[in-house]
This record gives sequence, C-alpha cells and structure tokens, in this order.
Amino acid sequence: MFAAKTIVIEPGRSVRHYWRDLWRYRELFYFMAWRDLLLRYKRMTIGFAWAILRPLLTMLVFTLVFGKLAKLPSGGIPYAILVYAGLLPWQFFATAFADAGNSLTNKETIITKIYFPRLIIPASAVIVSFVDFLAASSILVGLMVWYGFLPDGRIFALPLFVFILFVLTLGAGLWISALSAKYKDFRYVIPFIVQIGLYLSPVGFKSTLVPEMWRMVYALNPMVGIIEGFRWSILGAESGGLETSVAISAALSLLLLLTGMAYFRRMESSLAELL
Amino acid sequence: MTVAISVKGLSKKFRLKHQAGGAAYTTFRDGLTDSVKRLGLRLIGHASRSSASVTDEEFWALRDVSFDIQQGEKVGVIGRNGAGKSTLLKLISRIFEPTSGRIQIQGRVASLLEVGTGFHPELTGRENIFFNGAILGMTRAEITRRFDEIVAFAEVEKFLDTPVKYFSSGMYVRLGFAVAAHLEPEILIVDEILAVGDARFQNKCLGKLQDIGRSGRTVMFVSHNMSSILQFTNRTILLQAGQVLLDGNSEIGVREYLRINEDAAKASNLETRVPWFKINSLIFDQKNTEIGFNKPLRLKLDVRLERGLDNVVLMMGIVNSIGARIITAKTSIPNLASGEHTINLEIPEHRLIPGCYFVSLTISVRQEVLFAKDQVILIELLVDNIDDPLLMPHVERGKDRLGSYCSIRASW
Repeated sequence: MFAAKTIVIEPGRSVRHYWRDLWRYRELFYFMAWRDLLLRYKRMTIGFAWAILRPLLTMLVFTLVFGKLAKLPSGGIPYAILVYAGLLPWQFFATAFADAGNSLTNKETIITKIYFPRLIIPASAVIVSFVDFLAASSILVGLMVWYGFLPDGRIFALPLFVFILFVLTLGAGLWISALSAKYKDFRYVIPFIVQIGLYLSPVGFKSTLVPEMWRMVYALNPMVGIIEGFRWSILGAESGGLETSVAISAALSLLLLLTGMAYFRRMESSLAELL
Repeated sequence: MTVAISVKGLSKKFRLKHQAGGAAYTTFRDGLTDSVKRLGLRLIGHASRSSASVTDEEFWALRDVSFDIQQGEKVGVIGRNGAGKSTLLKLISRIFEPTSGRIQIQGRVASLLEVGTGFHPELTGRENIFFNGAILGMTRAEITRRFDEIVAFAEVEKFLDTPVKYFSSGMYVRLGFAVAAHLEPEILIVDEILAVGDARFQNKCLGKLQDIGRSGRTVMFVSHNMSSILQFTNRTILLQAGQVLLDGNSEIGVREYLRINEDAAKASNLETRVPWFKINSLIFDQKNTEIGFNKPLRLKLDVRLERGLDNVVLMMGIVNSIGARIITAKTSIPNLASGEHTINLEIPEHRLIPGCYFVSLTISVRQEVLFAKDQVILIELLVDNIDDPLLMPHVERGKDRLGSYCSIRASW
C-alpha cells in the first residue's frame, strides 16, 4: 500500500502525488466503506430493514398527501410508483449529503492520528448511502410487480441517470464535508438544505406541474433532470423538455464535482488543524 | 548507509485563535461577518491589511529543524510538553503540512501515534483488527496472513467476536498494539504508546519494539520516560521551544533533558519552622549521579544558619509514585557553624529499581523539628541496559512500585 520509493513532504506538495496516493489507498477506501456499512446496520436495532422501511413509509405518506388528498395528476401511472421513482434518487442524495457533511467531524480521532487521502471519508459516506439506495430499489421492483407495470426499452437508459445522480451526490458531499469541517456551524445548515431540497425537487409530484415558462429555471435544480430521467426510463413518464433538464443536470453535477474536489483538496492539507 | 528520514529547515506555524479578536474564525457566521466588515472598511477607504491580522497570533511549534536519520537507526525524541515533539511526528506522518522546509522519507512508514486508532466500540475484535490494520497501511492479504499472530500476541482469542466495548481497557490496548506491532514497516514512528497497559504487557511491547529495532528497521520514538529512551535508543534529539537543542548520544541527550527540567529535581527557599534556620535549596545532583542500577544517589542541600548547631539529624524518605515509603535514610552532623553551608548527601546502597521517586526531608536538633516536608523533590533514576537480567522484568512505568531490589539466597 505504501511505495518503497521516496516520499517528499513540502508545503503544498501533497497536491502533486494526490491521485497516486488515492490509488494506493484504495484498499483503505474499501475498508472504510465496509466499516461504515457494518456500523450503520449494527447500530440500528431493525438493521437492514431501515434502508427499506424509510423510503417505503415516506412513499406511503406522499402518495396519501399528494395523490389521494391533493389529487395531483400522475399521467396514468400509479401514484405510489410515481412517488417512489422520485423518492429513490432523492433519498440517496439526502442521506449521502447529510452523512458526508458529518463524516469528517465524526472521524476526527482518525484524521488527527493517521495520514491517508481524506477524500476517502466523504466518498465512503456516499458509497454507504449508495448501498441503501440499491436496497431500496428492490421495493420499486416489488411495487412494479404489484401494479403489473412493466418497463420498456427505456430502462436501459437508467444507468446514465444513476451515474449523473452519483456525480451530483459526490460533488455536493465533498462540498458540504469540507465546508462543515471548516465552519463548525455548517452542521446546522445540512438538515435545512435537505428539508428544503425535498420540496424544491419533484419528488411528490411531476415537474409538469410547474408552469412551462418556469421549467427552465426549475431545471437549475439538478435533481429535477435526474428525477424526471428516472421516471422517464422506469415508467415511461413524458414530461417534455427532458433532454434540456437532463443536460443542465449533468453539467451542473460535473461542475459541482470538479469544484467540490478542488475545494476539498485545498482544505484537506489543513484539515487536521481545523478539527 | 542510506538516509531513511531527512529533515531540512522544517518549520510549522500555528495560528492561535483569540476570542476577543475573532479574526481566525471557525464558524461560517463569523467568517461572513468578518468578510463583510473588511469589505465595508475597504469601501470606506480604511483598507489596511494589517488591521485584520492583528488578532491573529502566530505560534511556531517548530522552527528550522534539520536532521538526518540513517536506515536502521533508533532515535529518541525528547523534550518538555510543548517542545514540538508531537508536531514533528505529525509532520513526518503527513498529518500536518509543514509551513516551510522539506522532509524526505525513504521506505514504508508506519506511524503509531495512538494505540487502536479507528477502533470502534460497536465492532468486534476481528472487525477492528481488519480496519485498524488497513488504516495503519496493511493490505487485506497482509492482515489475513498475520491475523493469527496478532490475535495470539494480544491474547484475545476468546473474545474475537465480542464487540470491543465489552473489552477491558487492558485487552483494548493489547489488541491495538498487537495490530501495530505486526505492521512490518521499514520506518516506525512511535509516540508514547508504552504509557498505557499493565507492566507485563508494557514489557512485551518494549520487547517487540526491540525486535523491530534489531531487525534493521528505522525507529523514531517519543517518550517522557527517560529509561525507555536510554534502553531503546542510541541517539536522541532533544527539542526545546520548537528547535533542536541537542542531537546526539542518548545518554548525553537525556542528561541535558534532565538538566533543563531541573525544576522538578530542585526545590528552593523552603519554609522552615524556625527563623534562624533557612533552607536555600535541595537539589538532586544529577551530574554526579551515574546512570545504572544501584549507583550512589547524590543530593545537595544548601542551608543558612544564624547560629551554630550540634547534632543535626537529617532524615530522608524515598517514596514511590503511589505514595509508599520505600527507604528511610538517616545521618547526623556533629556540628554546623553559623553561616551558609552546602551539604553533600549520598545514599550509596539504595538498590532502587530505576524510576521516579519523591524525596521527603526532615531536619531536627535534639527532638526539635526544624524542617519537615513530604515530596520536596522528584528524582529519576535511570538505567541504560535493558538486557540486565536483574531488571528485565521490571522495566517500564510502574516499576518504581517494586521499590528496592535484592536477591534471595535459597537453600533446600
């Protein structure tokens, strides 16, 4: 894992062999994710079921409120599936975002005692949430079987949307972890962002509900393109202007990831002193 | 010989945060208000760069430190608290980034700044071994290969699948050290880890460290325990206020350390019970006390008398760290003329196990106590030879409780 070669430590130098280091520490990355996963499912008394129960219960409430009470249009798709297809990517983003935000502070004792590329920590938090995401996906399959809803060839486009979602989540996770390590009060902002984000994203409703003239503006929320993409590929739900919102989403996600990495790396060298 | 660690002009500056000034903000709110304030000042035209940094006090934890460590060398790093020892290790371990200077390391490094880094109470012994090993730099294959050895060394076979929160603190430390001890790095950096655990295990650890040292590995070792430094290292770097005060032979380094730490081994202007008898100072005379087992212990007592005294009785007690008196020594001085005197005291046959002891002193004349005080000074007795079969089982902390050592003549 360590090179037998020479290591040179100089101010600002760490940046230079950063990617090499990251590659060298890939096993630690695996162990970190493994440990976080173990802990997550050990700590909760109901264990793995939690990953499934949470989105399931949220879906039931949303279906009741938006579908049955508010009677929002679903375009002929069972409202439960519609909500769940939106909830799935959102829940992944929200959990990963919150966990990444707290990840550095939670691992303070390790960070101040051992060197390794710190990027592993928020990235591992994202991976752990991704496992939850996969577990929660099984519910969607169950729902579709229940309603007898079969996806068509568009399902093959799903990995693309999952990829954009992952890029977005990692980017946002890097930003929030670096910011909350640097500014201690950022911790309190995280739940707020997650809560507001849920209502600003088309989770409980279709984005067609947003007036045509505001669609473009609405698409500036990168979750819009992703959620609509999920619905399009899984349920065949047409929302109009999908290409645009997905393109915006992809561009913003990439931007967030690149700037997130740059910011994280700049903060990283002084991380042990910040915590 | 190749250089394993080369340090050149290494400096590390920390910013001290001042509550009153608040320039070194740690909350976003402060950061924001501070930026706005500065922007406002600049707009008004009061822009001055210095005003913002006035409250930002700088502190150099290390300043222009340079040394080379050859492959296979065992180097001790000593110094008082705040001298920069930990900062140095953290810079070499890449936890902190240097402010200036350069470190070049040749070979695989393992830093052991803490026992059981990353241990989680909820995880089992087995799980923690794997994660701790990984974080210390072992690959999965390496951990799997050495797993049984680690478990045997830590003596926790029966508890492998128990969460470590149910471990005793001794078991916890043993497991932590066991993982680290099986790292097989080319360069090992150790910070004060022997300060924990029971005496028997501490010994096992020190033995393991010596094995590592003997196998040609480079070791950097920070300790406050001068005996460990002497037993384990042949070269010592003495830091003071972030700078290298001395770099050389461990015995010289340790002596110098004890000299600059004289405060503890010296007591001045002691309060006596009569106005005509004063004690200027009681000093542990380290310069004249040899390193080694049962070497004469020498102290200096400075007194001032306003009248001559006959039959001054001097009693000294040697007390260990848990307060048990181990030795009571006594002498009487037939007569002392009025004036100042330096009295040299020597206890030749104390047979004390190396370690730290307190000295108490009572001075009396014809049943009248002139002075009596417990724990007047602290003395540290050192040995330099771990292989001494007499001392082998008793090295490391806590050994002072063993007190005075002598052999038994057995017959049957």
